[in-house]
Amino acid sequence: MPDAMLEVRDLEIRYGGVPAVRGISLEVGKGEVVGLVGPNGAGKSSTLLAIMGMVAPHRGDVLLDGRTLVGRSTEAIVRGGVSLVPEGRRIFPELTVDENLRLGLQGRRSREGAEEDIEQAAALFPVIREARDRHAGVLSGGQQQQLAIARALVARPSVLLLDEPSLGLAPKVVDDVFTALAEIRERGVTILLVEQRAQFAVGFADRTHVLANGQFRLTLTPADAGDTDKMAAAYFGS
Amino acid sequence: MTDALQTIIDAIALGSVYALVAMGIGLVFGVMRLVNFAHGELITAGAYALVLTNHLPLAVGLLVCFATVIGLALAMEVAYRPLRTSPPTTMLVTTFAVSFLLQAVALLAFGARGQNANVLEKLNTAVSIGDLRIRWVTLVSIALGAVLLAGMALFLRRTDIGLQMRAAAMDFRTAQLLGVRATKVIRFAFVLAGVLAACATVMLVVSRPLVTPSYGFQLVIPALVGVVVGGLDRLTSATLGGFAVGFAAAVLGDVLPADGRVFLDTALFLLVIVVLLVRPGGLFTRSRAAWERV
Repeated sequence: MPDAMLEVRDLEIRYGGVPAVRGISLEVGKGEVVGLVGPNGAGKSSTLLAIMGMVAPHRGDVLLDGRTLVGRSTEAIVRGGVSLVPEGRRIFPELTVDENLRLGLQGRRSREGAEEDIEQAAALFPVIREARDRHAGVLSGGQQQQLAIARALVARPSVLLLDEPSLGLAPKVVDDVFTALAEIRERGVTILLVEQRAQFAVGFADRTHVLANGQFRLTLTPADAGDTDKMAAAYFGS
Repeated sequence: MTDALQTIIDAIALGSVYALVAMGIGLVFGVMRLVNFAHGELITAGAYALVLTNHLPLAVGLLVCFATVIGLALAMEVAYRPLRTSPPTTMLVTTFAVSFLLQAVALLAFGARGQNANVLEKLNTAVSIGDLRIRWVTLVSIALGAVLLAGMALFLRRTDIGLQMRAAAMDFRTAQLLGVRATKVIRFAFVLAGVLAACATVMLVVSRPLVTPSYGFQLVIPALVGVVVGGLDRLTSATLGGFAVGFAAAVLGDVLPADGRVFLDTALFLLVIVVLLVRPGGLFTRSRAAWERV
């Protein structure tokens, strides 16, 4: 395995004393894609929020390129090269598509090459280029997801975290999203992908951890995508 | 006819001043979800700055006034930092406390009797336009209000920090996730609120030169009511609400008989109650849930 770009060590997260994540560890090598699947409430989103510094871990560590992220502000973590495409897309519906993209620039250390990156992100999703001046709220769910990914990309992340990019999308649209993700991976971006619909993650990621009740149950490879028993386990977390 | 027109012009002028105050409150609320009751003390501080610099050249007085108001606004931003993650009630009570604290400080420093700030007195002379007699301060208030509100709209729309402020007002967490610096946008909102408050102060002091410790507080309560009536969750509706209350107050002041003036606030609040009964989501909002309002 290549050197770990992102490493989570023995992470424990509690909400008001109740554990949500109970000591998980994972590594994502440079340029790798790692999946994280499991049922609702398994602790997937909490893990991502802890990496982003929006939730303080009770125990454990998060390392980016060997340096700890724990205790740093979200703003600093984003500038350090980690971007999150949040659950439910979280685009700004009342701002234009272009304004949404420009907000993504806040996560950069420098503005150099910003316009090129915006163009490049827009090229990845043609819909965005066509709707630059429209309000983001009028876009369809799939287009909004594409915008959310493009917005994260213009920050030039070295690690991209995705929280359920397939949520609420039709299968055809999910295919489009994953085609784009494949291209992003080609560019060398390290990806940690959270999904509830395991079939998308397992087939796409280099390896996928199954999370249930805040703990890893098993780890799957793309070869397991056809294994019904293992996939059932991935869904139900058993 | 002339009387009515006269009343309306005066009402627009007072409405403009209230709109500046309301917009300042709305800007801070937008990025912090905090209703700053102590906003009035920015105006009081600015007014006392004008009192203290009365003997100095006008430009110095205005400079000191702006510096005082913006400085105090920045101090408030720092003081309110621990509140960022607090529940709304804690925020509200704290800003109340700050407001009363500052009023008490003014009382100790300057006494209760009030002092005169004779600034730009020439603006109180009237010009005749046909049968209308309009004081210069009325015209300047309207013009300044229009320029500042348009300028602010342009600023929020066209600049990078303006975009960040709008995004932060819509969804602060997501803005932070994208790398928007929380302290930067909040500090900027306080500075802008300070600039607007300082402009409002100068206009107010020209027409009401007697400055007391509760000078700004008396103004901010109706302005806040206006903000709530207009709709707190949007800057435009909050500003319009402030304007509406200022306008209504001026019209009521003219319409009520001389011995009925003491009931001006009563009449105003009665109007507010009616509006809130008919449109609980705010006068200038599209029907929306009212859960976030004060």
